[in-house]
Amino acid sequence: MNPSDYFLILLGVMSVAPAFVVAFSKNLIRSAFALLFTFAGMAGLYGFLAADFLAVLQILVYVGGILVLILFGVLFTQKIYTPEVAAGRYAFRPVLLIGAALFAVLFFVLSAGVAWDTIANRPAEPTIRTLGELLLSRHLLAFEAASVLLLTVLIGAVAVVRKELT
Amino acid sequence: MNRLETYLFISSVLAALGFVTIASRRNAVAILMGIELLLNAAALNFVAFGRFVKNAAGTHPLDGQIFAIFILVLAAAEAAILLAVIIAIYRQSESIDVERLRGLKG
Amino acid sequence: MHETAGAIREFGLLKAILLLPLAGAIWNGFFGKWVQRRFGEKPISIVATAAAAGSFLVSLVSVLALRSADGALADRIYTWFSAGDLSVPVALLLDPLSSVMILVVTGVGSLIHVYSIGYMHGDGGYYRYFAFLNLFLFSMLTLVLGDNILLLFVGWEGVGLCSYLLIGFWFTDREKAAAGMKAFLTNRIGDLGFIVGVFALWWLFAGKGVHSLAFADMARSIRLIEGETVLGAPALAFIGIALFVGAAGKSAQIPLYVWLPDAMAGPTPVSALIHAATMVTAGVYMIARMHFLYTLAPAALAVVAIVGAATALFAATIGIAQTDIKKVLAYSTVSQLGYMMIGVGVGAYAAGIFHLMTHAFFKACLFLSAGSVIHAMGGEQDIRKMGGLRKKMPLTFLSMFLATLAIAGIPGFSGFFSKDEILWNAWAGPHGHPLLWAAGALGAGITAFYMFRLVFLAFFGECRASEETKHHLHESPRVVTTPLLALAALSVAGGWVGIPEALGGKSRFHHFLAGVFSPGGAHGEAIAHGEQAVHASRSLEYLLMAASVLIALGGIALAHRLYLARPDLPGRIVSRARLLHRIVENKYYVDEIYRATVIRFVLVLSRALRVFDDFVVDGVVNLSGWVVRIVALVSGWFDNTFVDGLVNAVSNGTIALGARARRLQTGAVQSYVIAVFAGILLLVLLYMGLSGRA
Repeated sequence: MNPSDYFLILLGVMSVAPAFVVAFSKNLIRSAFALLFTFAGMAGLYGFLAADFLAVLQILVYVGGILVLILFGVLFTQKIYTPEVAAGRYAFRPVLLIGAALFAVLFFVLSAGVAWDTIANRPAEPTIRTLGELLLSRHLLAFEAASVLLLTVLIGAVAVVRKELT
Repeated sequence: MNRLETYLFISSVLAALGFVTIASRRNAVAILMGIELLLNAAALNFVAFGRFVKNAAGTHPLDGQIFAIFILVLAAAEAAILLAVIIAIYRQSESIDVERLRGLKG
Repeated sequence: MHETAGAIREFGLLKAILLLPLAGAIWNGFFGKWVQRRFGEKPISIVATAAAAGSFLVSLVSVLALRSADGALADRIYTWFSAGDLSVPVALLLDPLSSVMILVVTGVGSLIHVYSIGYMHGDGGYYRYFAFLNLFLFSMLTLVLGDNILLLFVGWEGVGLCSYLLIGFWFTDREKAAAGMKAFLTNRIGDLGFIVGVFALWWLFAGKGVHSLAFADMARSIRLIEGETVLGAPALAFIGIALFVGAAGKSAQIPLYVWLPDAMAGPTPVSALIHAATMVTAGVYMIARMHFLYTLAPAALAVVAIVGAATALFAATIGIAQTDIKKVLAYSTVSQLGYMMIGVGVGAYAAGIFHLMTHAFFKACLFLSAGSVIHAMGGEQDIRKMGGLRKKMPLTFLSMFLATLAIAGIPGFSGFFSKDEILWNAWAGPHGHPLLWAAGALGAGITAFYMFRLVFLAFFGECRASEETKHHLHESPRVVTTPLLALAALSVAGGWVGIPEALGGKSRFHHFLAGVFSPGGAHGEAIAHGEQAVHASRSLEYLLMAASVLIALGGIALAHRLYLARPDLPGRIVSRARLLHRIVENKYYVDEIYRATVIRFVLVLSRALRVFDDFVVDGVVNLSGWVVRIVALVSGWFDNTFVDGLVNAVSNGTIALGARARRLQTGAVQSYVIAVFAGILLLVLLYMGLSGRA
């Protein structure tokens, strides 16, 4: 085991453990912040996967954007001084069961159980340039579509949330 | 340790947890969080596969990351919409307990 | 007819003979009531009498045409019906036989129409009477003129109907209505035999390929069926007897004569026309018409002759003790019909028809005279209450007396010639037998006796009527006496056309009819043989003739002694033989016997059948009704339980299923999420399991 392995394990834990908190915590704010750590951990993992741009993007979008959005949501819809949310789960036991089953299937059946055609580690290169080129050549359609989508979402969200003009 | 299986493991756990969150939490925002977890797990999968598996003919090694980028974009868009909806509902019924939202019952 | 020298000529006027009375009947029948109310009786009687007289005139013309023609006259009107191989036309045939009949029917009928004008005056049903009378003429003429046996039967039934209508003319009187019924029903029994005969005829003829019931065709082909049998009996004999049963009913022979005396309930002119001159002679005519069959069936002829003789004698004995003037004449009619049957029964068809004609004259005269008397007596019909009417009603007396002389068989009068010829043939004819002659002769004597008894009691001696009746007694009006005298004249002279050669006459009548019963086969020989018999023993003929005259005179003398010379004698004789007298007076209790046996049997049978109908038939019907109800009940239960149950089960199941399924729609989105993921897992596992781990 190299030192990088330890780091990897650490990052993995940092990603997974907070997810438990997100799933099982009664405190919504706590969940939200746990999610922050998950995102951060994920960013690190991306780094290990030689996805440098993606890692940064992860931080920017998820942590900086989405998480903030979620926190806004949490705070807008609670009374600030009682961050506790309604307790109780919906159909907890079956859900756990299925969740476990889901994990089992995902990992043992679909992932580890399959002989993937792996290659040895490739050298890590900066990806941003390549990604940019790819986006505007091969994946141009998806790129444009995504931008239209974002526009739509923008308008839509405003439309949904907007108060009636009185 | 830097193998495919590692990342797959992580993504599996995250996916399962994400499902659990969606399926069992009563708070709408919490469900949103679960959705993000799920999406993240999927993105991780893409990147991991893109890095470790020989890419098929006609595809680029970095296609996995492209995909992850799009997931990111969509996640963001979707989160925005969801929050807008949540706020609208909150304004309507003063509650975001999804148990209360039984309009589809029938 | 058969082997006549000439052909059959078409003579369209024949139908007029029928249609005139029919038109009169329809007119008076439909409009009579209204006409009578508005215009009185005259128009009605004029129409009816004109129809009758017109028919007579046409008949005259037709007969004259017949005489100048050679052969027969025919008038084919239309085809009545056609069934299978049988085609029955409405066609008329005029030959010497039917010409005698139509002249008698229309002639006497017209006279009686005139008589009725006076006799029925004041009756509310005046129009009805004349309508029926015309209808009767129509039916009788159809019977006589029809060229096939079915058309004859139509007329046969028609006269039966008219007889019923006219006997029961005053139907408000129960007894009179019952008398009409009795006539009709008794006739019906006879008709059954007639119909059986007709069926047998058709069946046999059709079997030999002859598909016609016309007399000419049947006569031509009669030998074809000579050897056949019906129900084991020789065919011709069977048919002959069957047809004679019908004749016995219609012509009042034993045992079906009982209706005739009761028929006196009808108006007297009706009795004169229908029950003396015409309808009752239909049976005789029918046998004469079917001579071609009877001559080949001696057994049937024997039956006819024997029954006729028995009836002649039997009825005469009853006549001795009757006190009602019309009843005496009624039994006399039965007796004389018996003579006619003797005539045709011994094969002397012409003689039988001859007597038919003379009898029509004098019997009609007798009846009409009786009617005149009854009218004058204010409705009284009991001869014991009459007497001495000779002075009060000279014309009536004259007519009646002349007619009585005729019926008694006094030489020179019509009845003598006809009756004598019958008796002669009864002894000496080919089918004759001395016994038949004896019965006839005895009957003749008795006839003379009771007829003169009647005359003596009614017209001679002291008048035994009440003072009031005596006061109203007077001769009848001219419209009544004229026909009387006419008929009386005919009673005297009507026989002169048939004076036999034995007495110097030319037998014109017989020669006239000879064409009908002409030679041309075995049956012809009979007449020829008879002729030979005549030549052979002329002396025997004179002997028998003298014997019958003597017997007749003896009867008259006896009557004279008992009722004029010594009126006390009858009473003493009766007291000596009270029982016998009672039996005879009550007509040998024949009606009573019938009532106790036949009628009782029929009533019991009908009651039994009624019970059967009520219980069995109705029971079955009710039972089936019950069965239907039960089946309906079961079916309904079945339908409710199973069919509805099935339908309900389906709908209930659907509802239940729906209720269960509805629980999926929780409205909680998270459950959907769970379901989706669970489903995905399952699919994956399934896929992996099915295809093996990839």
